[in-house]
This record gives sequence, structure tokens and C-alpha cells, in this order.
Amino acid sequence: MTAAITTQGLRRSFGDNHAVNGVDLRVEAGEIYGFLGPNGAGKSTMVKVLCTLITPTGGTAAVAGYDVATRAGDIRLRIGVALQEASLDPKQTGRELLQLQGMLYGLSKLNIRRRLNDVIDLVDIGSAIDDLVESYSGGMRRRLDLAMSLIHKPQILFLDEPTTGLDPVSRNDVWQEVRTLNKQEGMTIFLTTQYLEEADALAGRVGIIASGRLKAEGTPTELKRRIGTDLIVAKIDGNPESAAGAVRALDGIEGVEVHGDEISASTSDGAGAISGVAVALNESNHRVTSLTLRTPTLDDVFLNVTGAKLSASHQTSETSGEAAS
Amino acid sequence: MTHTSPTMTARRIEDKPLARRSTILHDLATIARRACRSVFREPEFFIPALITPVFFFVVNIGALQDVAESGAALAGQDFDFKAFQLPVAIIFAVTGVSRASSLVIDIQDGYFDRLLLTPVRRPALLLGLMAADLMAVMMLAVPVTALGLLLGISFKTGVLGILAFLVYGALWGLAFAGFPYAIALKTGNPAAVNSSFILFFPFAFLTTSFLPKEVLTGWLATIATYNPVTYVLEGLRALITEGWVWEDLGAGLLAILAVMMVSFGLASAAMRGRIAKK
Repeated sequence: MTAAITTQGLRRSFGDNHAVNGVDLRVEAGEIYGFLGPNGAGKSTMVKVLCTLITPTGGTAAVAGYDVATRAGDIRLRIGVALQEASLDPKQTGRELLQLQGMLYGLSKLNIRRRLNDVIDLVDIGSAIDDLVESYSGGMRRRLDLAMSLIHKPQILFLDEPTTGLDPVSRNDVWQEVRTLNKQEGMTIFLTTQYLEEADALAGRVGIIASGRLKAEGTPTELKRRIGTDLIVAKIDGNPESAAGAVRALDGIEGVEVHGDEISASTSDGAGAISGVAVALNESNHRVTSLTLRTPTLDDVFLNVTGAKLSASHQTSETSGEAAS
Repeated sequence: MTHTSPTMTARRIEDKPLARRSTILHDLATIARRACRSVFREPEFFIPALITPVFFFVVNIGALQDVAESGAALAGQDFDFKAFQLPVAIIFAVTGVSRASSLVIDIQDGYFDRLLLTPVRRPALLLGLMAADLMAVMMLAVPVTALGLLLGISFKTGVLGILAFLVYGALWGLAFAGFPYAIALKTGNPAAVNSSFILFFPFAFLTTSFLPKEVLTGWLATIATYNPVTYVLEGLRALITEGWVWEDLGAGLLAILAVMMVSFGLASAAMRGRIAKK
């Protein structure tokens, strides 16, 4: 396969703050790669380095085969970028901004006309395309921003938290468009997100970044499989370390981790093991406020590799039950 | 975790991008087009800039014309105070007019980064704005000059002199615009850009704004000698009352060029600093 993006030991520091701290990455042409991490993890810095807005302070990076440090001009012709905040001039209309963007990318008049027709469909705001951007809603701005990043038909599209702040309908629209661009245009998409469900829904592969380091990488399924097939999660009112010890000794339990007042036991047979866990906790006099059986989520993966939760609450609960001892 | 193969072995995935680099003139025109559109859509940018010179022009004439002209008559001189003040009004109109505030907004909103992500030639980002400034200062200089004509001022150099008067004023406006751009690019701070207006005062007042150079005394005379606006005013006044006095016009142009070199140099350095991938 051909690499669209490669980095080796990539570093970017701001004084003593190592925002990106030795990242090795390879994104294949035509894939959607999700870069998942909390605020301040280094996602946006990584995007800015790859998009040639800032230079690395160490290591190397190549985009579309060109080194970011020495061939920035070649890279800019081949990438589209939608940064975290929709960066638009409110005193121009949507159409004017798209035309301007086409001109800045050196497109011929004919190509600008053709591409305008294509991307205006994407913006999907009807006659508002001729209104000043200052009158646009957040969702409209974000869609216009995305359309502007596509006017020159880039080979690689960088999306930095493209749905942050969007309502669910607009978010679904963006997701759908990302899928379409990837499938129909074969566009490589490098997507940063702090939403687990976004990475899960869109990305063929996910890299988890925390404190500037790539902590884990793989397909969402692979990453979840590392945790185990099923997870039994018990919330303990008392001593979770001791409760973990009681569960760890059970047959069929592959591993137990403690995070705060919760213990998570991974097992390949959740349905068969959950009753044993409940009994073991009860017999060891641990008060359980909730007991849940579910399949692992990317949040569990994140918790597993970084020791911290990315989202405030777990998302899926395919099979769940509650019990108190 | 997947480890990369060496970076330079990554093959180029396609080498016929739709995008291409344009000439600097094309990029300059593109940036200027957007900036010019914004000028027309921001009356708050244009109207106060027009009110200030008109106000000073009318008030100065109303308050000082009789005193100045009768004083000159006592000394046996013919003095047209309105003609003397029109160049001051032009200086007031065009000094400090720039798109620097909108540049700061672009920097803060991230639109400047969006421009940097394109293959646009970097000097065009500043020169395009300055081209729009040139249009804006002409838009201010024309009505002020027209007001002067309405008040009975006549140009000894005729219609061509009026055109030269406008171009001269516009060039000065452009030369001064480099300062707010330098501040905008260096600080990215709208308050700092607004405070650049302070520069206007020494340039505009420590000169022959109200009195001819011959009657200035002491420190003001010394400062006025080194103030480039003094020579710009002399050039502008020559076009109205003296005719094509090449010595005065040349000195004024040299003063404009000197300020231009300093302000554009500062703005260019600030631009380089801003786009350096820190």
C-alpha cells in the first residue's frame, strides 16, 4: 500500500511543553484515520505540523510523499484542511469565499465553476450561499468550512474535530459526507476527534494520543479486542482494590482493573461469568451499587492505555443488568 | 502500535493536483478583491475616517481663516488659508487608514491560518491588503478634495494637479499604513492596532498643519524640519498655490519614500515573523 502520511519520532515542543512527543505513524492512502484524544493531548498540534502551519522540532513527517519541513509548498497543493474552529470571513458570502478559495488554489475559471457546483451541493444551504457568512448558523459555517477545504479536490483531507459543537443532525451530515468523500473520491482522511463514537463510526483505524504520545493504534475492533470480548463492570461502595482481588481469583476472568470506585473484569464469556462475579463480591462482603455486562468501547481502550476516561459516561450497554449485594 | 517505514520511502500518491501556484500578481489581485469588498461592506470603517478630516477642515477654516489671513495682510502677504488647510485635511483623511484591524481579526479568527494553508504567495497577503488601502484612501481623499473645490479653492496646476494631489495623498496614506500592519502582524492584538493611531499625532500635528514653516519657532520648528509630513504638505500646497514646483514635489516624494521604506520594512519583518513556523 502507499502511505499518505508517515511520521517518525515526530516531536513538536513549545518551550518545555512537549505537545507532540515522538509519534510514529503511517496512514495509508485511501483510509480514514481517527486520531483520538482528550483536549490538550496534542491532536491539533499534530495536524498543524502535518498541514505545514508549524514545523516539527524533531523527527520527520511526510505528507503525500513530501517532507513537511522542506516541501511545504508541494504539500499545500495536495491537502485540504478544516481546522477546529470554522475559520471564515463573516463579511463575505459563502459563494464569494468558495470562489476566493478556488482562486487562491490557482484553479482556472472553468474549474472554479465546476467545483463550486460540486461543493455548493455539499454545503446544502440553498439561497443562503449568497448571504453574508455572518448570518450563518454554526452548522452552516462548519459545512462551508468543509466545502472550502474541498474546492481544489485534495488528495488528503485533514479534519480537526470537525463535529465539535455541532448538533446531532449536523454531525450526522458531516459523518455522511466524510464517508462519501472517502468512498467515492478515494480521499485519505485524517480526522482528530475527542468523541469516541465518531472515531468508532468513521475511522478504519484509530490512534489514541495522550500527553503527546501515541498510546495505541489499530482498528476499533482490534483495540476493543485487546480489552477482552466482554467486560463486567462493578461499582463498589467500599474498597475496590480488595473487590478486584476477589474477582481476579475467579475462573474465566482474564484481567481486572480498578479505576476509581469501579472494577472492570475482562472475560471471553461475560454471560457465564457475571453470576460468579456477583457471588464472589457478595461472599467477600463488598457492597456493589451496580453491576454491568457489556462489550468494550473505545472509552475502555482509552482507559486501559492511558489510565483516564475520555468520556464522562460509557456509551454502549448491549447487555446490562444491575445488582446490589 | 504500527511503526512507520522510513519517511522518505513513502511514495507520492498522485502527482496531478488540481491546485497550482499562481503568480504574485494573481494572488495580490485575489486578496485585494476580498479586501475591497469588505471596505464597501463596512461603513463603520469609512464614515468616521471621512468625518474627522472634514470636521477639522471646516472648524479650522471657521475659527482661524480670518485671523490667519488678516495677520498675513498686515505683513503685506496674500495668504489663502483654505488652500493652506486642504492638504492638512487630506493628511488627516488618509493617515492611518488601513485594513490592519481586519487583519488582526483574520489572525484571531483563524482565517489567516486558512490563507497560509493555501499556496498563495506570502507577500501577496500584505500587498493585497495595501492595494485595497490605496482604493480606500482615494475614496476618502476625493470627497475631501471635492469639498475644498466647493469652498472655492482652485488649483494652480489645473485638473492634472488635482489628480497629482490625490495620488500624492494616497501614496502618503499607503506609506503610513505599513505601521499599523507591522503592529497587527507583530502583536495580533486589536487594541495594539487601535493604539497605533497615536503615531498619527506627532506626524500630523508637529508640522506645518496650522502655521507656515517660516513662522514656527523653537522645538516645534526643529521637529517640523525632521517630520516627513512637513515636506508632504509642502508638495501638496505647491500643487494648489504655486504650480509644478519640482523641488517641493520631489522633497515630498522623497519623504514619502523614506517613510514607506521604514514602515514597509517593519511590516515585512512582522509578516515574516508571523508566518515563520514557530
